[in-house]
Amino acid sequence: MEALTRSAVAADPWHGFATGDWQASVDVRGFIQLNYTPYLGDASFLASATERTKRLWDSLGELLLEERARGVLDVASDRASSITAHDAGYIDQHNEVIVGLQTDAPLKRAIMPNGGLRMVESGLAAYGFKLDPMVKEIWSKYRKDHNQGVFDVYTPEILAARKSAVITGLPDAYGRGRIIGDYRRVALYGTDFLRSDRQKQFHALDSAVFTEEILRLREELSEQFRALDELREMAAKYGFDISRPAANAREAVQWTYFAYLAAVKEQNGAAMSLGRISTFLDIYIQRDLDAGILSEAEAQEMIDDVVIKLRIVRFLRTPEYDQLFSGDPTWVTESIGGMGEDGRTLVSKSSFRFLNTLYNLGPAPEPNLTVLWSTELPRGFKDFCAKVSIDTSAIQFENDDLMRPHWGDDYGIACCVSAMRIGKQMQFFGARANLAKALLYAINGGVDEKSGVQVAKGFDPIKGEILDYDEVMAHFDKMMDWLAATYVKALNCIHFMHDKYAYERIEMALHDRDILRTMACGIAGLSVAADSLSAIKFAKVHVIRNEAGLAVDFKIDGEYPAYGNNDDRADSIAVWLTTTFMDKIKAQPAFYRNATPTQSVLTITSNVVYGKKTGNTPDGRRAGAPFAPGANPMNGRDVKGFVAAGASVAKLPYESALDGISWTASATPDSLGHTAEERITNLANCLDGFAAANGFHVNVNVFKRETLLDAMDHPELYPQLTIRVSGYAVNFVKLTREQQLDVINRTFHATM
Amino acid sequence: MTDHPIGDTSVPAPVFGYLHSTESGAGVDGPGMRFVFFTSGCQFRCLYCHNPDTWNRNHGRKVTLDEALAEVAPYAKFLKIAGGVTVSGGEPLMQPEFVGALLSQLKQRHNLHTALDTQGFLHQNISDEWLDAVDLVMLDIKHSSPERYLALTGQALQPTLDFARRLARLGKKIWIRYVLVPGLSDDDSDIERLAEFVASLGPVVERVEILPFHQMGADKWKQLGLDYTLSQTPVPDAGQVERAQQFFAAKGLLVT
Repeated sequence: MEALTRSAVAADPWHGFATGDWQASVDVRGFIQLNYTPYLGDASFLASATERTKRLWDSLGELLLEERARGVLDVASDRASSITAHDAGYIDQHNEVIVGLQTDAPLKRAIMPNGGLRMVESGLAAYGFKLDPMVKEIWSKYRKDHNQGVFDVYTPEILAARKSAVITGLPDAYGRGRIIGDYRRVALYGTDFLRSDRQKQFHALDSAVFTEEILRLREELSEQFRALDELREMAAKYGFDISRPAANAREAVQWTYFAYLAAVKEQNGAAMSLGRISTFLDIYIQRDLDAGILSEAEAQEMIDDVVIKLRIVRFLRTPEYDQLFSGDPTWVTESIGGMGEDGRTLVSKSSFRFLNTLYNLGPAPEPNLTVLWSTELPRGFKDFCAKVSIDTSAIQFENDDLMRPHWGDDYGIACCVSAMRIGKQMQFFGARANLAKALLYAINGGVDEKSGVQVAKGFDPIKGEILDYDEVMAHFDKMMDWLAATYVKALNCIHFMHDKYAYERIEMALHDRDILRTMACGIAGLSVAADSLSAIKFAKVHVIRNEAGLAVDFKIDGEYPAYGNNDDRADSIAVWLTTTFMDKIKAQPAFYRNATPTQSVLTITSNVVYGKKTGNTPDGRRAGAPFAPGANPMNGRDVKGFVAAGASVAKLPYESALDGISWTASATPDSLGHTAEERITNLANCLDGFAAANGFHVNVNVFKRETLLDAMDHPELYPQLTIRVSGYAVNFVKLTREQQLDVINRTFHATM
Repeated sequence: MTDHPIGDTSVPAPVFGYLHSTESGAGVDGPGMRFVFFTSGCQFRCLYCHNPDTWNRNHGRKVTLDEALAEVAPYAKFLKIAGGVTVSGGEPLMQPEFVGALLSQLKQRHNLHTALDTQGFLHQNISDEWLDAVDLVMLDIKHSSPERYLALTGQALQPTLDFARRLARLGKKIWIRYVLVPGLSDDDSDIERLAEFVASLGPVVERVEILPFHQMGADKWKQLGLDYTLSQTPVPDAGQVERAQQFFAAKGLLVT
C-alpha cells in the first residue's frame, strides 16, 4: 500500500491535492486555501530535536564561536557570487536533511559587487581579506555597479543631506533588499512550469508598443527566465532535479529553500525575507503524515534543518554597516499564523513547528519569526506564542487584523514590519528621514547644528530667545517640504540604478509579471521631534546659541507632557508629524516606476547612530544621545507603564504608515504575573488588547535587567541571548557596548 | 455614606477621592493585566509596608470621580480583554463613598472586571450592596495571631476575619494575600492556623498568594524620615516561600 502511494505521488506530485485553478496558472494562495488544514489545538504534539539535529547544530557551534571572535570566518573573495558561482557546500553532508549553502562552506561569505564594489572592498579589508584582482578589474573597468550609478546622478543637496544624516541609511551602496520572492512557487510548480509561464508573459508583450517601460520589462523577463535556469542548475549540483514539482514534504522544504538560497547567493539585500512558508509546507507534511510515510519527529527535523540553514545566511558587510544595524542582520523574516479571509485560521501544525525551533535549537535572532496576530487566532496558538515569547524574547507580533484588509491573507513581512502580498508586490526600500534633525534645521535655517554647514538652502533661522510654537511650526512645515522633496529624489535615483545594475533576477522571477510597487519612505526621531514640539508648546524653551548664532542648546522652563503616556496633548503631535510627513511625501511629483509612496516608523537599532549625529534637541535630549527606536516613546519618559505607552503608539494611524509602525516593549517576568501559566495568559491577553486597540507591531522582551548586565560582563555565558529591538531580534552579545547600554536604559517596565 | 448600587442610572453627586497614583498595567494585582488605583490614606502602620508614602491621605492628589474615571477610559477596551481594574492603596475602605462610586461606575460605563485590594479592617463602613460592584476581593491577612497582628500593624485582627466570613456568606470571590516576612510572619504554626481559617471559608477562596517580603520599600521610609525597623530582615528564599505555600496547598487551596 505504501509502495503504491509512493509511486503514485512520484508519477503525480500533486496526487491527493484538491484540484483547482492553481493547477493551470501560478496561484499559490489558491492552492493553500484548497488544501491546508487549520490547526486549533495546542503544542502538545510537538517533537523535540532528534539526536541528528542536535549533532548538526552543535557541530556549527565551534565555527560560530570562531566567527564571533574574528568578525568574519571566511570569504570567497576569488569570484563574484551568482546563483551558480559556487560549488555545492555542506555542513556535514551525510547528516543533513535539507542541503544548500551560499558558498562551498558554512559561514564562508560571498561577495556581490553589483550592489557596490566599494562596499565589498572595505568589507574585505576590514576583516583582513583581499579582493581577487580580476574581480576588481571587471567591476572597475568593464562593469558599472549600483553604487556608482547612484552617485552619477545625485544632486549636491542630496549629497549634503546624506552626509549630515538628515536623510540616512539609504541603500545606495549595497543591495536594497525587502523583496520577497514567492519561493513556494518552485516547490509547487517546479522550474519548468515557471519558465514556460515567464515565456508566455514575455510573448504576450510581443505586439505591445515598445516604450522604454515595455523594453525594460522584456529585458527583465528574459533575465528572470535565465535565473530560473540557473536555479535548476544550482539544485542539480546538490543532486536534485527541481524542474518538476516537489513530490513529498522533504522535497517541498528543499525546493522552497533552494529558491530562497538562490536569492541570497545573488543579492546582498539589507533584508532578505523568506515570506510565509510554514502553512504552505504543512500541506505537504500533512499529506505525508496521512500516508504514513513521515513521522512527527521527521517532520520537525526538516523544519529544524532548514532553520539551521536560515540561521547561517551571511553577507559580507562593513563594520560601520553592522554598527548601524546592530550585529550582522539578514532579516530572514518568516511570517506565521494570521487569519484567512474566509474566517478560518491560517495557523497549521507547521506554524507551531517553526516556533518550536526556538526550543529545539535554542533562541536566535534569525530567522526573524513574526507572528501575524489576530484576536481571532485559536487559543492554543496564542498561548504557545506567548510562551515562546516569554521564554526566548525572539519573536515579534504584528497585527493581522490591521493588515489583512489592506493586503489580503497571503502577505508576508519583509524586514521588520513591511507587509506585502507575496509574489504580487515589492517595495523600494527607502530607509528614513530624521525628523528630529529636520526640526533643528527649521530652527537654524537649514544649517547643520553639528557641522555648521548649510545643508538646506533658502531658509531663515528663528531668531527669538524663546521658541514660539507657531513660528517653529511654520518653519518646520517648510523644512519638511524640503526634506520630503530631497528624500524622494534620492530614492528615485537609487531605485532607478538598482534596477539597472543590481536587478533581483531570481526574486523577481518568483513574482507575477505585473506587480504593485511601493516606495517605502520612513521617519526617525519621531518621539524626539514630538516631545520637542510639546516642550515648545507647553513649557518655555530658551535657545542657547553659539558665537556663530547657531542654536546649539536649549533650556526648558517648566514641564511638558511627553509622548508615550497616553496623553493626547503630546500624542496628537506625534500623530500630526506622522500624517503630515506622509502627506508631504505623497505630494511629490514623481515616484520611480509609478511606485505608491508609503512610510514606516521604524529604526531597528540605528536609533543609536542617528542620535549620535543629532545635536541637542528642545526636548532636553543631549547631543549624541540615542533616539528611541521606531515609534517608541523616549527612554524613561513613558512613566505610566507598558499599557499607556502601547496606547500612545497605537494612536499613530496605520493609514499614514502603511510600511509599518514599530514598538519595542521590555518587561520583567514578575510584572507579567506570578506563575508561568499566568504570564502566558496575561501576555496573550495583552496582545489581544493591543491588537484590538489597533496597535500595529510589538516586540516583546521578557528578561531581568540583571541578566543583561551579567551578559555584558560575561558574553561567553550568553552566546544565544536574544533580544528584540524595533522589529528585529539580535544577539545581545554581538551589540556594541553603547548599544547594550541603550537597550538596558530603555524603559524597563517593572509594571506593564 | 451613600450607596451606588448597580443599576442606579442617576448621575452621581460630585464625589472626591484621594489618589496616591495609578498604574496603567500591572500583572500581579488581580487576574490579568490591571489598571490600578492606589488610594492614599491608611490607618495601618505595617512594619514591612512598601508604600509608606500612601499612609497620609493628604499626601495624595484630590480628584473628582469623573477625573478618576477619565484615567481608565482610554484603556477600557484593552482592559475588557486583558484584565480589569484594581483599587488598592493605601486602604481603599478609608474612602468608601468615592471608591464605591468609582467601582460602580466602572461597571456601569465599561462593564470591567473589578477587584478591591484591602485589609478589611473598615468593612463595616460598607454595605452588602456596596460590594455588588466588586467582582473580587483581594484580602490581605497580615497575621493569624491577634497579638502579633497588633504588633505588626498597630490594629486588631478580628475585623479582618469578620470581613472574610461576611464575604464568604455573600459568596464573593476572594484571593487571600499573605506577606511572608522572615522572623515576623514565617512561623509554621501561625501559617497553619491561617491556612485552616482560609480553608474554612469554603470555595469562595479562589487562591492564596504568598508574597515574599522585599526591601524595595526601604528607601521610601528613609525619604519620609520614618524609622524602618526591617532593614536587616532577609528576603525569604524560594524554599521558605514553598514551605509556606505547602500549608495552604495541604488544605486543598490553590496557592501561588
